[in-house]
Amino acid sequence: MPSATFQVQRGGAGGGRLETYTTEVAEGMVVLDAVLQIQAEQAPDLAVRWNCKAGRCGSCSAEINGMPKLMCMTRLSDLPPGKPILLQPMKAFPLIKDLVTDVSWNFRVKKMIKKFKPRPPDAADGTWRMAQEDVDRVQEFRKCIECFLCQDVCHVLREHHLFEEFIGPRFFVHVASLEMHPLDVEDRREELKKADGIGYCNITKCCTQVCPEDIHITDNAIIPLKERVVDKFYDPLKRLFGRWRGKK
Amino acid sequence: MAQGFQADSQSNLMAETNYVGPFSRFGSTSRKDAWWVQPLLVFLVLSSFVVYATWAAFQGKHYFYGPYLSPLYSPELFGDSPHSWFGPRPDWWPQFIPWSPALLILWAPGLFRLTCYYYRGTYYKAFWADPPSCTVSEPRKTYRGEHSFPLILQNIHRYFLYIAFFFLIFLSYDVWRALWFTDPVSGEKTFGIGIGTLVLVINVVLLGGYTLGCHSLRHLVGGIRDRLSGAPVRRTAYRCVSCLNRRHMMWAWMSLLWVAFSDVYVRLCSMGVWTDWKII
Ligand code: SF4
Ligand code: SF4
Ligand code: FES
Ligand code: FES
Repeated sequence: MPSATFQVQRGGAGGGRLETYTTEVAEGMVVLDAVLQIQAEQAPDLAVRWNCKAGRCGSCSAEINGMPKLMCMTRLSDLPPGKPILLQPMKAFPLIKDLVTDVSWNFRVKKMIKKFKPRPPDAADGTWRMAQEDVDRVQEFRKCIECFLCQDVCHVLREHHLFEEFIGPRFFVHVASLEMHPLDVEDRREELKKADGIGYCNITKCCTQVCPEDIHITDNAIIPLKERVVDKFYDPLKRLFGRWRGKK
Repeated sequence: MAQGFQADSQSNLMAETNYVGPFSRFGSTSRKDAWWVQPLLVFLVLSSFVVYATWAAFQGKHYFYGPYLSPLYSPELFGDSPHSWFGPRPDWWPQFIPWSPALLILWAPGLFRLTCYYYRGTYYKAFWADPPSCTVSEPRKTYRGEHSFPLILQNIHRYFLYIAFFFLIFLSYDVWRALWFTDPVSGEKTFGIGIGTLVLVINVVLLGGYTLGCHSLRHLVGGIRDRLSGAPVRRTAYRCVSCLNRRHMMWAWMSLLWVAFSDVYVRLCSMGVWTDWKII
């Protein structure tokens, strides 16, 4: 049976080291399979977080050869053959141990975002009517599995640590799913500009590049939100000719 | 390769720990692929274009040939060619600034591209290393992005879009003029199509694909609304713009390179280096 070599970052917040493991691999194996095999056969104390092994739960996020990826969706056959595979935890978040990071900052950020606020019901029985084509637009954003790979790769968080000023691409996707919802009547543009720090995004599209759900984060969520912020704050003509927003 | 965290009691959201990354040196990364190829290519192509366009704009000659006008000089507000709108060089033009008709107009398409969402993302990477490539460390530790001055000015992109529409109209008119060739003997104008006509047609098509796929336009025609059902015109417009927008990067590069090529074509024909073949 062929084998593959892995360099896995081990250790916790106090410091880390790269440990090398060689394990047998078979056709069709993904990185997570190999990691679990290493855990079973050589390193029982290796910390790794996973749940579904199917790209649905978003818990096995890590950095494979320096790029943020889901371990369960990365096939060994897609990595350069014959070379050691480097496995590291997500760099943007506090390290707990080995490949496991503390992503709870994300959950705290999510609580800050203004909730869904539907218009009054359309029918007497308290229900609403929506056209499918109007829902299609936000449907893309609902594919998000909260793997936080986009947060990890975003240089505003990863490199500049603006965790207090910037909510990150995942939450622009979330705001977009609410703000562009056909029933929602809340206005989140002021928060987008100030508390959410959308201006820090310089549209370099790394988030889009790593999203395992293929959400066009920059083109379909962030830029349209930036444009809505422009409507409210940076378009003098629009301000001059009344407060027409065109929403709904 | 040590990663470490230190306690930070000041911070609220990132409450427990504050990250101290291992990669503080410019260009460091764990990536093993040739991540520098793409930004390098962008840097080389974009700077070559800027150098060429600046050089061509300052030439002030060889920008028209027969019925063709170089797109870098269109619209020619003042100038010596038959394409000029208001006659020759105006008297008020300061003596100490070299004269060229292109200098009057080139700022508009220049700023349109400079503030384009696609180009912004790509030149922040290639020219400013912000970041050089995904997960590669940056040279500066401070960062303001487009959150404050000067880059906050990028938000006026839609105004340059409005101006760009006029340029599309002028360039389409140039194509129309490129269909009418003057007989050197009789002075009569006859319909014809030369290679130069095709060059200018392709130029307008590519610029049209680029301009009509603009993110700001996508917002203005339909993205601004949350519901497009019941608004058939807006819906169709939104779909068309979105369709072009999906390949905005491709249109951006093709149109950029073709504008430069169109200028080269007219210039070399005018200098007598290339011959403009007539098809009809
Ligand atoms: S496009 Fe914006 S949000 Fe996405 S990675 Fe780049 S800076 Fe971050
Ligand atoms: S937007 Fe994509 S990359 Fe970001 S958390 Fe959701 S699924 Fe993951
Ligand atoms: S284990 Fe669920 S996404 Fe990988
Ligand atoms: S976003 Fe590229 S031209 Fe407007």
